Amino acid sequence: MRLTPGTQAGAILAATALLAAGCSAGADSADGPGDAPDPTGPVELTFWTWAPNIEKVVDLWNADNPDIQVVVNKQDGGDPAVTKLLTAIEAGSGAPDIMQAEYQKIPQLVSNDAVADISGQLSDDTPGHFADGVWNAVTLGTDAVYAVPQDSGPMQFYYRADIFEKYNLDVPATWDEYAEVAMMLHEQDPDKYLGTFSANDAGWFVGLTQQAGASWYGIEGDAWAVDIDSPEVTRVAEYWGGLVEDGVIDNKPMYTPEWNQGLNDGTQVGWLSAIWAPGVLEGNAPDTAGKWEMAPMPQWDENAEATGAWGGSATAVTSQSEHPEQAAKFIEWMNTDPVAVQALVDESGLYPADIPGSEDALAEPPAFFSNQENFYEIAAQTAQTTQPFTYGPNINVAYSAYNDEFAKATEARSADAFVAAVEAMQQVTVDDLTNSGFDVAE
Amino acid sequence: MTEPRPQDAPRRRATGARRPASAPAPEPPSTRAPRRGVARFGRQSAPWAFLAPAVVLFALFLAAPIGYSVYLSFRTEKVSGLGLGSGSRQEVWNGAANYVSAVADPEFLASVGRVALYGLIVVPVMLGSALLFALLLDARRTRARRFGRIAIFLPYAVPAVISSLLWGFLYLPGVSPFYWVFERLGWSVPSLFSSNLVMFAVANIAIWGGIGFNMVVIYTSLRSIPSELYEAAELDGASQVGIAWRIKIPIVVPSIIMTFVFSMIATLQVFAEPTTLRPLSNSISTTWTPLMKVYRDAFTRGDLYSAAATSVVIAVATFVISFGFLRLVQARAFGQEER
Repeated sequence: MRLTPGTQAGAILAATALLAAGCSAGADSADGPGDAPDPTGPVELTFWTWAPNIEKVVDLWNADNPDIQVVVNKQDGGDPAVTKLLTAIEAGSGAPDIMQAEYQKIPQLVSNDAVADISGQLSDDTPGHFADGVWNAVTLGTDAVYAVPQDSGPMQFYYRADIFEKYNLDVPATWDEYAEVAMMLHEQDPDKYLGTFSANDAGWFVGLTQQAGASWYGIEGDAWAVDIDSPEVTRVAEYWGGLVEDGVIDNKPMYTPEWNQGLNDGTQVGWLSAIWAPGVLEGNAPDTAGKWEMAPMPQWDENAEATGAWGGSATAVTSQSEHPEQAAKFIEWMNTDPVAVQALVDESGLYPADIPGSEDALAEPPAFFSNQENFYEIAAQTAQTTQPFTYGPNINVAYSAYNDEFAKATEARSADAFVAAVEAMQQVTVDDLTNSGFDVAE
Repeated sequence: MTEPRPQDAPRRRATGARRPASAPAPEPPSTRAPRRGVARFGRQSAPWAFLAPAVVLFALFLAAPIGYSVYLSFRTEKVSGLGLGSGSRQEVWNGAANYVSAVADPEFLASVGRVALYGLIVVPVMLGSALLFALLLDARRTRARRFGRIAIFLPYAVPAVISSLLWGFLYLPGVSPFYWVFERLGWSVPSLFSSNLVMFAVANIAIWGGIGFNMVVIYTSLRSIPSELYEAAELDGASQVGIAWRIKIPIVVPSIIMTFVFSMIATLQVFAEPTTLRPLSNSISTTWTPLMKVYRDAFTRGDLYSAAATSVVIAVATFVISFGFLRLVQARAFGQEER
């Protein structure tokens, strides 16, 4: 109905223009290799990334390495960039040399043959720069290395210190205490919530279950094991389902205008989030500067501190790159060199995965948390307690099943529905793996 | 039939007048005249030359993608073992299996049911309001006609994604000015994003955006009715409502049928509104409409093959429904021209 003759004409014009552009672009790239067959000449590498201001980090490299120039190509965040990369791989051309990828996407990229194994190109001490769990995410437990870790997202509990004080609440150290505090707060002011269960953020829920000791996938011999309905995941789902059922925490999705407003006006009093939370809070709740504080996540077992991870990414060399050696050299520098790591913190606001470099780089708390001197001290402590976790090749299917199943459950506001959602996710994920022909362990 | 007389009369008169004009159309005189070879070649190839750009564009941007989708819909990707490393994925022939699973998928069936309900809300309300607005604008004593026309048409000019974002803000109790007012008045209004109201929330956006376009189509056809008809009817003592009911509406039936077909096709393709609202709500699943399921399968799950099969099913269904409907109402829709 919306295709009026005018838009049709416009579409045809646009299509013709695209066709013309496509032809000329094709001609350009045909000329390209002819110009630079010289192996000793400078190489130009393209880098798809979405980290803010990362071009300033890359500039440092370009200034020192005239022979290996890196060109940053900004992408729209994780998922669209991965879709675009997989399309380019399928098409046989158009992929960049270097690609930023979230940890959970790596199995999918490896399985689609989109990233190169760079284990031969890295220095021997590279693995020693990273925590075992993080390194495992880029090797998938094999001898190959598919990427170099860039930043990580250990989870903590962020709360409004001023509101906690006003209602005389203690910072919860265990999940039982969290439930208690949520109830006390909501009873004193029915408009306020200690948090929300967001059915839109599968990565967030993964982090919560990771803390409880879950790992959604595993490799058993030559087969994938799917363990989404494990007792740990079910326990987390039941716990949150109970809170939603009692109405002491909210059931609205995160990252909506309403939720932003809630952070800003004090209706959302706490947020279980990752180390990058200060940036989000600063952007979405600018009026609350200096009122938030950060603490370790509430624990299931007080004697075994644990946390999960939400987000974080690595840098990979794509399988289409003609200069994998140079590309590997660059990503090793960017993620392990002290100067580069400092720049990642200062310019891009990342929490670097590199352990030796981050201690120096993270001396000052983020501006939004200037009230909390020991911000990065706590962060470093929690980061060390990140639990091991394996992502699988169809994590995208599990994530979309999370959106659908937990949307129903949060709307139903019942703990039973939360448990049912976990079971449905397991079913959908296993079915998809089996249908695709993967070997799946029972 | 029990149709009132005043409406039959003009139609017969109109068709009667047209027939003699078209009947004696002779064979084109040009074929008789003899001419030289070069000129004939030039004349014969000219239409092809004129057609060529359209044919090329059609083949490249319509026929080829459709053909490729159909091809993809019969294939699938098979993975071996863990699916890691190169060469572990292979595209293979899959027969009709994608179609079988597409049609049998309960999520797909649920989305079809949802779209049917959505259509039952959107189409009558939208076309009814469009017709009402067109009649009001056409009425003799209407003032500020030009302004009214533009004001009603304006929402159509807002892209669906933008209008969905704007409405999304208005639906969210925490930021909506409406809810702010309701609260001050002491009313408790349920969230429009709750699962039993979300259908209306989405339908409202489509209705709001679609009335203007359909109104213009109906209004244009109302303006082409010769005013003598109204004078004659008024002389016979017909009221304005009577004229609208007995003359105007029957004459614009072909336009209403056309807008109905357009609206039906748009309903089957509803995608932008629910997709834009989805992140704001727990009540819209990723497979809320058939096209959303296609999008999810192709881009979230990376299964182009079953997405292709589902989209072929939707395309065929759209084709069958719209042409089936047109056949059914052919006599009524195009009776004036062909009878």
